Amino acid sequence: MALQAVAFYLFALVAVVAALLVVFARNPVHSVLWLILTFFSAAGLFVLMGAEFLAMLLVIVYVGAVMVLFLFVVMMLDVDFAALRGRVAEYFPLGALIGVILLVQFVMGFGAWSEGVAQRAAAATPTPADLPNAHAIGMVLYTQYVYAFQAAGLVLLVAMIGAIALTLRHREGIKRQDPLAQIHRTREEAMELVDAKPGEGLQETRS
Amino acid sequence: MNDLLREYLPIVVFLALAVGLGLAFILAAVFLAPSRPDAEKLSAYECGFNAFDDARMKFDVRFYLVAILFIIFDLEAAFLFPWAASFGFIGSFGFWSMMVFLAVLTIGFVYEWRKGALEWE
Repeated sequence: MALQAVAFYLFALVAVVAALLVVFARNPVHSVLWLILTFFSAAGLFVLMGAEFLAMLLVIVYVGAVMVLFLFVVMMLDVDFAALRGRVAEYFPLGALIGVILLVQFVMGFGAWSEGVAQRAAAATPTPADLPNAHAIGMVLYTQYVYAFQAAGLVLLVAMIGAIALTLRHREGIKRQDPLAQIHRTREEAMELVDAKPGEGLQETRS
Repeated sequence: MNDLLREYLPIVVFLALAVGLGLAFILAAVFLAPSRPDAEKLSAYECGFNAFDDARMKFDVRFYLVAILFIIFDLEAAFLFPWAASFGFIGSFGFWSMMVFLAVLTIGFVYEWRKGALEWE
């Protein structure tokens, strides 16, 4: 038990410090790297709670994919972060408001959680003690919660189509790969042999 | 609960090894390598030139499109994993619910293929 407490405090401390450094780091690329460390610590906390599948998902999806996209945007985007930083005072009221709302939500969530300890035992899908995490999720996600599952599929479809509709622009006058046409080229249409006489050009045969 | 944590002991050992080895290499380079810098040694010469511009510039949005599509299919694969783990227990309804999910995403995949979003020009 003591080992678990040590691991918890270690992960929690790293998560909080890294989250603070996300905000206070001068270089936005460093911020993203600290955010990756925060996600790793959160994954460690998930493991301590027994939510192994969520922990691995956090590492694969957030660290592996989302943060790479973040890093990509921060490193490549044509945004002057120093100029944005100079206007902190302008954004402060809005940021403080959002922070207060988040805090209130946390307090309410914690209140509901501590009130409902007794009810959770009688939840619709109690966590089975003897099953691995991913297995337990699979037992209910595809049958009992099929509507939520299909809605997730539709959300992914909308995201896919939205991303394409927003960003895809075909530029004109650019050669594209057409594998079928390229494979079906024959020697006859691709080349011809010309018997060039010395001193004469090839103007007549080459169009 | 402690059994669960004990299963993660190899990962902790690996992590400690990785951090220790990385620190050892860096510190060895700092303390053991001879270092006598002078202005000529530190300047950019033949094999490089001074940076004359910021790395941030107008960038083709297509790179982001590829990354976003990757994330979407990454999530789809994440949904497949618990399904595979509990495949023997959820019956034909679970099987077909996943097939519908995959069909919906295949519609998106066909759409993106037909639109040419996967082509590089």
